[in-house]
Amino acid sequence: MPEAIATRIPPPRASGLGWRTLDPQSCWSLRVELAAAAGPMATAGLPLALAACRAATRGEWAALWLGPDEQLLVGMNSSHAQFEPRLAGALAGIAHALVDVSHRQAAIEIAGPDATRLLALGCPLDLHLSQAPVGLCTRTVFAKAEVVLWRQEADRFQLQAWRSFLPYVTGLLALGSQELAPQA
Amino acid sequence: MSGRWRLAAGGNDLDRSRPIRFEFDGRAYQGLQGDTLAAALLANGVHLVGRSFKYHRPRGIVAAGPEDPNALVTVRRDAARTTPNLNAGQVELYEGLVASSQNRWPSLRFDVGRVNDLLSRFIPSGFYYKTFMWPRTAWHRLYEPRIRAAAGLGMAPAEADPDCYAQRYGHCDVLIVGAGPAGIAAALTAARSGARVLLCDEQPQCGGSVRAERAARIEGKPAAEWLRDAMQELAQAREVTVLSRTTAFAYLPHNMVALSERLTDHLAAPPPGKPRERLWQVRARQVILATGAIERPLVFPGNDLPGVMLAGAARSFLHRHGVLPGNRVALLTAHDESYGTALDLKNAGVDIVGLADLRPRASGALVEAARRAGVPIRAATTAIGTRGNLRISAVGLSALDADGSVSGAPEWVDCDALLVSGGYTPSVHLHSQARGKLRWDGAAQSFVPAAAGQPCRSIGACSGLTGAALAEVFSQAAAAACAALEACGIAARPASFTTSDDMTSGGSWLGALPLPGAMRGGKAFVDWQNDVTAADLALAVREGFRSIEHIKRYTTTGMATDQGKTSNLNALAIAAQQLGRPIPEVGLTTFRMPYLPVGFGGLAGYARGELFAPLRKTPMYDWAAARGAVFEPVAMWQRARYFPQSGEDMHQAVARECQCVRRTCGLFDASTLGKIEVAGPDAVEFMNRMYVNSWNSLQVGRCRYGILLRDDGFVYDDGVVARIAADRLHVTTTTGGAPRVLGMMEDYLQTEWPDLKVWLTSTTEQWAVIAVQGPQARAVLEDLVGQADISAAALPHMAMTRGLVCGVPAMIFRVSFTGELGYEINVPADYGAEVWNAVWQAGQAHGMCAYGTETMHVLRAEKGYIIVGQDTDGTMTPDDAGLGWAVGKSKSEFIGMVSLRKPALRDPDRKQLVGLLTADPRHVLEEGSQIAATPGQRPPMRLVGHVTSSYYSPVLGRSIALAVVSGGRARHGQTLYVPTPRGETAVTVTQPVFYDPKGERLNA
Amino acid sequence: MLVIPCPYCGPRPELEFSYGGQAHVLRPAAATNPDPAGWNAFQYERANTRGLHAERWRHVHGCARFFNVIRDTTTDEVLRSYRSGEK
Repeated sequence: MPEAIATRIPPPRASGLGWRTLDPQSCWSLRVELAAAAGPMATAGLPLALAACRAATRGEWAALWLGPDEQLLVGMNSSHAQFEPRLAGALAGIAHALVDVSHRQAAIEIAGPDATRLLALGCPLDLHLSQAPVGLCTRTVFAKAEVVLWRQEADRFQLQAWRSFLPYVTGLLALGSQELAPQA
Repeated sequence: MSGRWRLAAGGNDLDRSRPIRFEFDGRAYQGLQGDTLAAALLANGVHLVGRSFKYHRPRGIVAAGPEDPNALVTVRRDAARTTPNLNAGQVELYEGLVASSQNRWPSLRFDVGRVNDLLSRFIPSGFYYKTFMWPRTAWHRLYEPRIRAAAGLGMAPAEADPDCYAQRYGHCDVLIVGAGPAGIAAALTAARSGARVLLCDEQPQCGGSVRAERAARIEGKPAAEWLRDAMQELAQAREVTVLSRTTAFAYLPHNMVALSERLTDHLAAPPPGKPRERLWQVRARQVILATGAIERPLVFPGNDLPGVMLAGAARSFLHRHGVLPGNRVALLTAHDESYGTALDLKNAGVDIVGLADLRPRASGALVEAARRAGVPIRAATTAIGTRGNLRISAVGLSALDADGSVSGAPEWVDCDALLVSGGYTPSVHLHSQARGKLRWDGAAQSFVPAAAGQPCRSIGACSGLTGAALAEVFSQAAAAACAALEACGIAARPASFTTSDDMTSGGSWLGALPLPGAMRGGKAFVDWQNDVTAADLALAVREGFRSIEHIKRYTTTGMATDQGKTSNLNALAIAAQQLGRPIPEVGLTTFRMPYLPVGFGGLAGYARGELFAPLRKTPMYDWAAARGAVFEPVAMWQRARYFPQSGEDMHQAVARECQCVRRTCGLFDASTLGKIEVAGPDAVEFMNRMYVNSWNSLQVGRCRYGILLRDDGFVYDDGVVARIAADRLHVTTTTGGAPRVLGMMEDYLQTEWPDLKVWLTSTTEQWAVIAVQGPQARAVLEDLVGQADISAAALPHMAMTRGLVCGVPAMIFRVSFTGELGYEINVPADYGAEVWNAVWQAGQAHGMCAYGTETMHVLRAEKGYIIVGQDTDGTMTPDDAGLGWAVGKSKSEFIGMVSLRKPALRDPDRKQLVGLLTADPRHVLEEGSQIAATPGQRPPMRLVGHVTSSYYSPVLGRSIALAVVSGGRARHGQTLYVPTPRGETAVTVTQPVFYDPKGERLNA
Repeated sequence: MLVIPCPYCGPRPELEFSYGGQAHVLRPAAATNPDPAGWNAFQYERANTRGLHAERWRHVHGCARFFNVIRDTTTDEVLRSYRSGEK
């Protein structure tokens, strides 16, 4: 038997002025009745997001409200092994669907003073802080790609897209940052 | 032409320190920074800028803005960067600008097309419709191309557009369209209240009519100074965006307004890589329209000679560019403002040879000031014609009798320019695009905005305040801004603006000017751009057209690039007069978007080339590309179609790949197949209700071929479904069907069966799927698999297990779409490329090849496996497709179950899937070919089916085809006939399974 | 482009939604052995309303929920939206 493969090859890295692709994260799609799971998950130190279109974070853990019974769970820094058993424990006995989607999607960070302007080239949402406060998270579109948009700070966003859409999204961002770059 | 056309000083828009060289029709000229092409040409004494659409008459600059119907030019930077049909009044001058006139041959000054003018009585309105009717087919092939070549606008460049274009979504509390005095006052009011404001204006610099102001003082300052301060205040306000060179061209539902911002067209050297235009899609909570008004020309014979210009345009050229329209200027007007224009020109040293007013009397401060300054005024006077060849040289003025008719002989007054004004038409385009109502204002003789169709307000001239005192405009603007803010829930801080100039003006003339009875029939143009005359409109009415929409289409009035901005109201007035009905009863034609032409580049934006749409690639794409795979698009995916080796064409490559899979084994990238994880306590019950199959009996670790119908009973999708845990199913779909199957599942789950505890998650991209197919498949994998037994006994056909492949956690499915022993290995996508490569390396010792979708298609057709969407067409039941065995017989519910009971869906004569074998084994039928039951039929033939899949099968050494044939299963053995371009081909109907019908290889 | 009030996420641009046809069309269950006319009506008969129209939308690029909207087809004005199963 040949040597075990340990190399992950995530979608191609890319970056531009004010944006970069991130290292792989651990992600799960959790589908569950929020009222039933919120308590046990909080007790396990893995809080769920209770408000619509808002994220709950705790250390390297984040839960993004994507729908009334849908949360995108993110273990930042790819802390898969750390969270998996705790998740299973907290959800035991509760009807749910927990699906590992870590390889399904990839994340891009968009940060800096031009972040909202860069996003506005493809995202139809109003990202003015009065309408899109820090903590906002939602599925939406970026031009012709579906994305999850998460505002982590006033001028820092995380954009998640399915892996095959990533070159399209980064291609647009590259054009956009070239457009916004100060003239040489 | 000699004369003095540019003043030594003045011109609000100019930077006189920066002379600019430019070229028009091959001749070099000089202008100044801040000039438009129109202004610069006039400054050189050039009025003649084009030939008319139909009669090729010489035409000049009529207006100073985008409403000009004549001054269309082509601007060329290089062969690809050539833009036709630009308005000279909108083209900003830059160093080295190259522009040319359009629709003339061989030259602008001598155009042979002018012969149309002499023949014009043979080219009445509707001429094209009447004459070029027969034979019908000749219209496309002969008449239309010829007519288009003779009559037309500019030529589009033949090369691809090398520029890039940007797009952006915008959001604001208040969008203000038009930065004239009204718009700026509204913007200041909103900005001072802290609102998010977007102010846009189509001109290079904001200010609108303020830029052509002479004497007014605003807030105690000269108008120009106030404007500068106001724009500075707006520029510094944090929540305010001001966009110049930006046209609001479409008002869409729910207060979305599309703006086109021109970023680099005014630059001599556009910065490389920067977008040329930006398309804005702005969502505004409230919109304020301050789009101004457009001056109307007067309709009289010869009114289209170069040198005939709108009076307001001349005033704009004078004050903004220091340009004179002529040195001996006559005016013909029905509006007071022309008196001010005459006065300003006289003060600039122009000889005013006469001011004819159509009205019996005119009064007011402007009139008196002009009279005092010695402007020769003639009240109750009309024009009956002009003289001149390429430029006006005289105008024939006739006194109007008390009853408004003309009887006396004209007096010909020499002039080199004639300024005309029929009053102003409010620009209600955007208000109307927003579905707002219009109201006929009898006093102002114009349509003005009535009830708005969306949260928007009109202010200033576009609201009907044409010629109003500045103070009135300002107070209206501030009040509208306050009302808009209140509607947004923003506390407004009311602003007021003091002005010194209370000058008002008024006056209007609609329709054709009166003529002496003897000379009716002269060419009095209504619509310059389409060469529509007053007589054409009258003819249309005489021929029976009653609706203004029909009159427009018959005469073409109000069409083309200017959309009748200067002509619509005059056309309407003439039609109304001919119809003997009041104007408001006849009504206006619809205002359509775009307000001004918008280039395709801006509309396409980023969606070009590689970024036209997402191009989805699997983790193994690079491997395939490196081995020279030919790809084909499937849904948004790029899939490897075949892997040609040196010198092979597709057929050779596919033949080799097919043989290889059948003899040894092949490697296939199946990652694009849709994958849905159905999980929850009710997962099996949900699948029972969705799919035709019965799922209760499916054990964990086993797979089943599932069929999904729509509620009409027809096949919608198919795929292998595996029970990977008691409460969890792994459902695969077709590549193209993945999103719509998930959508359909969600629809039924959410709206029909919300009580079920089950959830759906797309895992299409979580897994890379590596299919290993062929007799050697197990031998290849055995060494790579850990913690799983893939032997024939432990993992039979249609079983699945978990284990490690090359140390990577994997789901291993024993499934086959080839009819061979086969596995589909699912590994997390980031590992896909590495595992694939390891399998490939291991396979080399076994003679493995990589194969693509084309080979996959042949292999599955040999086995009679259908492809939904190829062998089915949305009208096939499971039974039609030969899949009736899959339908659970004792089920109480599945989608489509009720429809399958319909007699029509059980008719034995329905088209059923069969195999076809041609008499000539080398003959590969065309997919889509029709099938006849009897030979030698003549059209219309009676056809019984069609070919759905057809290939040459290398392993069988002959052609094979799948087809759907009426009552096909009862026809096995029959001979049918396929008409082809080379004659009829006899085919024998067979079972649809051509290879290994017993499935021995599959179960090996 | 419309603004559609998602009952879960609030007002969002139309780009995030897909249209789901007329609302409140009752699907007869197979087990009830519906009469052909009733089944055909469910399958094929839809109102072509001028004015207030109850229609389904799905916030497909958002919370992914189906819900109902009352929209005036003559003005595109959306009067209200409500969750599936609600009136």
